[in-house]
Amino acid sequence: MIVLSDYLILAALLFSLAVAGIFLNRKNIIILLMCIELMLLAVNLNFIAFSHFSGDPAGQVFVFFILTVAAAEAAIGLAILVLLFRNLSTINVSEINSLKG
Amino acid sequence: MFQVPNMLFALPEMLMLGMACVILLVVAFAGERGTDWVYGLSQLTLLSTAVVVVWFIGDGGLTFSDTYIKDSLSDLLKLFICIVNMLVLLYSMAYLKARKLMQGEFFVLAVFSTLGMLIMVSAYHMLTLYLGLELMSLCLYAMVAMHRDSAVATEAAMKYFILGSIASGMLLYGMSIIYGVTGSLAINEIAQAVATGSGDETILSFGIVFLVIGVGFKFGAVPFHMWLPDVYHGAPTAMTLFIAAAPKIAAFAMIIRLLAEGLIDLQHHWQDMLVMLAVLSMIIGNVVAIAQSNLKRMLAYSTISHVGFLLMGVLSGTQEGFSAALFYTLIYALMTLGAFGMILLLSRQGFEAENIDDFKGLSERQPWFALMMLILMFSMAGIPPLAGFYAKLTVIKAVIDVDLLWVALVAVVTSVIGAFYYLRVIKVMYFDKPVVEHKLEAGSAMQIMLSANALMVLGLGILPGTLMKICTIVFA
Repeated sequence: MIVLSDYLILAALLFSLAVAGIFLNRKNIIILLMCIELMLLAVNLNFIAFSHFSGDPAGQVFVFFILTVAAAEAAIGLAILVLLFRNLSTINVSEINSLKG
Repeated sequence: MFQVPNMLFALPEMLMLGMACVILLVVAFAGERGTDWVYGLSQLTLLSTAVVVVWFIGDGGLTFSDTYIKDSLSDLLKLFICIVNMLVLLYSMAYLKARKLMQGEFFVLAVFSTLGMLIMVSAYHMLTLYLGLELMSLCLYAMVAMHRDSAVATEAAMKYFILGSIASGMLLYGMSIIYGVTGSLAINEIAQAVATGSGDETILSFGIVFLVIGVGFKFGAVPFHMWLPDVYHGAPTAMTLFIAAAPKIAAFAMIIRLLAEGLIDLQHHWQDMLVMLAVLSMIIGNVVAIAQSNLKRMLAYSTISHVGFLLMGVLSGTQEGFSAALFYTLIYALMTLGAFGMILLLSRQGFEAENIDDFKGLSERQPWFALMMLILMFSMAGIPPLAGFYAKLTVIKAVIDVDLLWVALVAVVTSVIGAFYYLRVIKVMYFDKPVVEHKLEAGSAMQIMLSANALMVLGLGILPGTLMKICTIVFA
């Protein structure tokens, strides 16, 4: 029997993997975009698990909206990535540092 | 039973959405020739939205199945967002024209992102809040990247995009935890569930951590401030102005709806987190700003320190604190508008007045605008009788009232440190020899409004009573 906490642990693991991926990755921006996507999917899993176990459909509706927004976000992210590659001829994270934060 | 929602409460948003679609069509069909029309239409949109907001001021309530609220806070913030964005568009026009960035897309993005801000301000449900936030942010990412051939602008856009998305992810994770514990996404039902103590408080505070991180990212509070200096520096100044002013007002609405209205009974949990953010923001913001030679970067760090002050009002958790923070947000928006407006005013074709050295000897060439800049810088430093002083005073008073004396002390000490870099700009303007030519290319409308903007900062400093009273009524 799979209980709520199993889903939550899985979602938390995915979320931590995504965050770790964003901060450890020094090579490729596309991997960063994938990590962001993974982060949102972990949240979706959370929402669906809570929604299913509490019998309240609002969480599942939220997931539809998150999926839609994530698609729009990926589109903008990839568009900026194309611009970046045209201007700098690289998508290596460690080489993109002309602005020192 | 299906009930027809009260559409009147969302009339400003519907008007703006309709007009945004019209603008989109004009851009699509008129192309490059119609840009002046598009500019006019965007200003008209913002103006008419502001008029509608003022027209329906007063009565309010929940609508759209309790996902949307119209109250005096939303009215006031919407009015300010519209006015601030009108000024932003006015200031930006000459700059955009000189750089061939005056394209219809900018105005479409500006109007849609304003719509997102209005939705954020009125959101009373996690879903509406998230959708408003994303509508605003996605437009801003695209706006920063609009200068397609500039390497720094695209780099700034990428950083903004990635850190903004992380912030959304964190915020959503926090929302999901709170949804799981309280069983609801509506702000008022969450508040009820928290008040009756039906949820596990430890898990709730775990969710709050993520909410605060998300909000901290959006505000640019230390330690989530990494994107802010880069984006302010890299983006074209007109876009920096847009990002710096109105989105902070919308972010203020977000923090009030989430923490002050939804989770007020867990104040002891989020207060400590906000204390940390506020104190670190004030220290890092003010100290690092000293080392900057680029005015846009300096203003970015100064923004971080202002965010610290603003959070100080929120963390007190009292009505006085919230109204002080509201007052601070509005004054901050006005001051930022003026300061970036000055950079835009002095920039011209092929020249960006973005280094502090570019302001050398401004008082000899343009004594009037040097005086305006002096007012703005003094106000940001918090020197009486300007508005920035009164704003700082009220937030400091708010934290002293809740016995957080040490936070108030940090605020006072850091604002003294901060005075150094604001005064340096004034010293450069008044006591150094000019190195670059200061010629104004902007139209008279911008010059008049920019002067009015700076004089308003002075006026609100001398007579803060009315605005402060409005801010108090909003939270009463």
